[in-house]
Amino acid sequence: MASQRVRTVLAITLLLVVASPLAALAEGETLRGELEKIDGDERTPVAGVTIEAELDGSPVGSAESNADGEWEIPIPGAGTYLVRLVVDTLPEGVALTDPTKFELPNVNVREGQNKTVRFNLGPGLVSGVGTWTRVSSLFVVGLKFGAIIALASIGLSLIFGVTGLVNFAHGDLVTLGAVIAFWFNAAGGGPAWHILIAAVPAVLLVAAFGGAQEHWLWRPLRNRGTGLVPMIVVSIGLSFVIRYLILVVFSGLPRPYRDYAIQNDIQILGITTVPKNLAIIGFTAVVLLAVGLFLIHTRLGTAMRAVADNSDLAESSGIDVQRVIRVTWIVGAGLAGLGGVMFGISEQVQWDMGFKLLLLIFAAVVLGGLGTAFGAMLGGFIVGVAVEMSTLWIAVEFKTAVALGILIAMLLIRPQGLLGVKERIG
Amino acid sequence: MDIVKILIDAGRAAIGVPAAAYALSSIGLNLQFGYTGLLNFGHVAFMLVGAYGMAITVDLGGSIWLGVPVGILAAVILGLILGFPTLRLRADYLAIVTIAAGEILRLAVRSSWAAPLTKGIFGIQRFADEFFDLNPIPVGLYGIGRFRFDERTVWVLLLGWSLVALATVFLWKLTRSPWGRAMRAIREDEDAALSLGKNVFGYKLQSLMIGGAIGALAGMFLAIDQQNVNPDAYIPLLTFYAFTIVILGGPGTLFGPIVGSVIFWFLFEFLDGVMTALIVEMDIGFLDALDATDVGPIRFALFGAGLMWLMIYRPQGLFGSKEEMLIDAR
Repeated sequence: MASQRVRTVLAITLLLVVASPLAALAEGETLRGELEKIDGDERTPVAGVTIEAELDGSPVGSAESNADGEWEIPIPGAGTYLVRLVVDTLPEGVALTDPTKFELPNVNVREGQNKTVRFNLGPGLVSGVGTWTRVSSLFVVGLKFGAIIALASIGLSLIFGVTGLVNFAHGDLVTLGAVIAFWFNAAGGGPAWHILIAAVPAVLLVAAFGGAQEHWLWRPLRNRGTGLVPMIVVSIGLSFVIRYLILVVFSGLPRPYRDYAIQNDIQILGITTVPKNLAIIGFTAVVLLAVGLFLIHTRLGTAMRAVADNSDLAESSGIDVQRVIRVTWIVGAGLAGLGGVMFGISEQVQWDMGFKLLLLIFAAVVLGGLGTAFGAMLGGFIVGVAVEMSTLWIAVEFKTAVALGILIAMLLIRPQGLLGVKERIG
Repeated sequence: MDIVKILIDAGRAAIGVPAAAYALSSIGLNLQFGYTGLLNFGHVAFMLVGAYGMAITVDLGGSIWLGVPVGILAAVILGLILGFPTLRLRADYLAIVTIAAGEILRLAVRSSWAAPLTKGIFGIQRFADEFFDLNPIPVGLYGIGRFRFDERTVWVLLLGWSLVALATVFLWKLTRSPWGRAMRAIREDEDAALSLGKNVFGYKLQSLMIGGAIGALAGMFLAIDQQNVNPDAYIPLLTFYAFTIVILGGPGTLFGPIVGSVIFWFLFEFLDGVMTALIVEMDIGFLDALDATDVGPIRFALFGAGLMWLMIYRPQGLFGSKEEMLIDAR
């Protein structure tokens, strides 16, 4: 249980809480290396390749190789780092000799050490990475990311629609889904099911948790006449409870599922990507379509949209509003849980993955129009693609900032969102 | 379990640096949340720009006395940027934008792009020597028994609680002025204030900027004490410490933030001590699965539960009266 991440959190807290002079920083640790393309006897330095380093799932720095192929990343201290070569930045005609070794997850750095990290490069088998390949593969990654955001956003948007609550604990439902699936899939005492089977109980349990939340927390609060502002504060309190309990149980270490963790690139229709990205996009498209059909064609779905549109009017025309709200919570939470499983397959499972996603979910929901399910889907895809494609021009560290940019621009130009109906929201 | 030691540590925290820093920070948030009804979920961003504004100024060769106005100016500008697109809209939009801004500012100062100014993940150290050189207090320990502080801490605490006192007087003057009455009118009934010709948007923006500037001062104070700014210290949790403190003490009350901060840090340290003792020292069956590193997360989870409980059952604070608590207008 004693994990690095927990210690980091503790250390941060201690720093803030204890009024002690800062412990001396052990300075000078770096990660470094030299990129060379080895083709028979010929060795040529490879310039302009981005290398990134992460500690416990959060980026600590990146560097670009210079004209001699050298790169160096200063790091905060000793520890086990993940070092990644950004394959997209390899020049034409250069590739990793082993394409799965673009990420080295266990680079141990001792105190004061300048650790050399090696990536083996050779002549590219695939015709290098041209602009088209980069653009198209980023687009696919963006679609996949957008699919995950869309899954998580529908619930937030619909719950807002039917109850007026912006649920700041929604991101943690995403994490919960991923973590429950992890237990069924890869945990020590778990049944070790395939991830696609493990996803089923994960989604059901998160859906049940959503229903329970509505029944025992939100409905009593609404009945007491609690206002919007206190409800939002309650939701953020709840998000801390869920997130930090997950941290205690799951520990701070990011871990992958047993299935689909590492895949090689494939080429389809001139697009280079890993198969799981396409699978996530395809599967999510089917789920979103089903949700859309449910909302348009079933009585319950229609009732949901009616309540979201005007709850009083819906009630007076005989719709059981409390039941609709309960179903909305169950469906919304289940979809968020499913988004979490997809997110976990796509990357890794981590205790605060949902909270990090929450900012993108907000951007998607505001972009599409708060309260609309279809807006959330559309917004999710746009935000996902925009965030990933932005890395063509700006540093990777700033891709989340793009989402905030979209959010603020939208509030200035069209605060009701793309698919929202203009009304007085001030 | 040494209950006396735990109590003394908790008592030190209750009047110590964190309590002073968060009392100040919460005074800013209280103006925004308690008096105006603004949901600023990114208060930590104001603390961050304050601390970094000062640290960078000193790092570039400026004086710390120049750094303070720079930090305040940075917070005012941040308030303008965040408030302008959101304050005409419903309360939740401000919450969404500010919580996002807090996280993104942290990532931005951490990034290698900003590293030439912010020193990235390493942060900036030793920028407050000027302040500590002024310390007139002779070397020694001050206090009774184990309840003692050294001369450095006393000097820092003197600054902290003076700032708290100044901010409280400032807020007292402000809220008794016509400006403060307009502010409360907006909190109670925005439409009524609007129909009386008050510029609701302008008042809200001013409240956000002034509260943010006070938050920035708190950030600077914390940074001075630690002689260190580091992006990873500015986690979203800090905003909600301040929220809990404001609600504990009673939103919209003058001394609420001070009372709230003292109680909050006492409880925070006390819980920490008790939990560490229970988990590490004592042999209690069902707690065996936990170890010392779990104390922090469990404390944060309890903190979240406490925030929920307060907001549901005591939204007027521990001592306030329910009649005066009207921030749930919308």
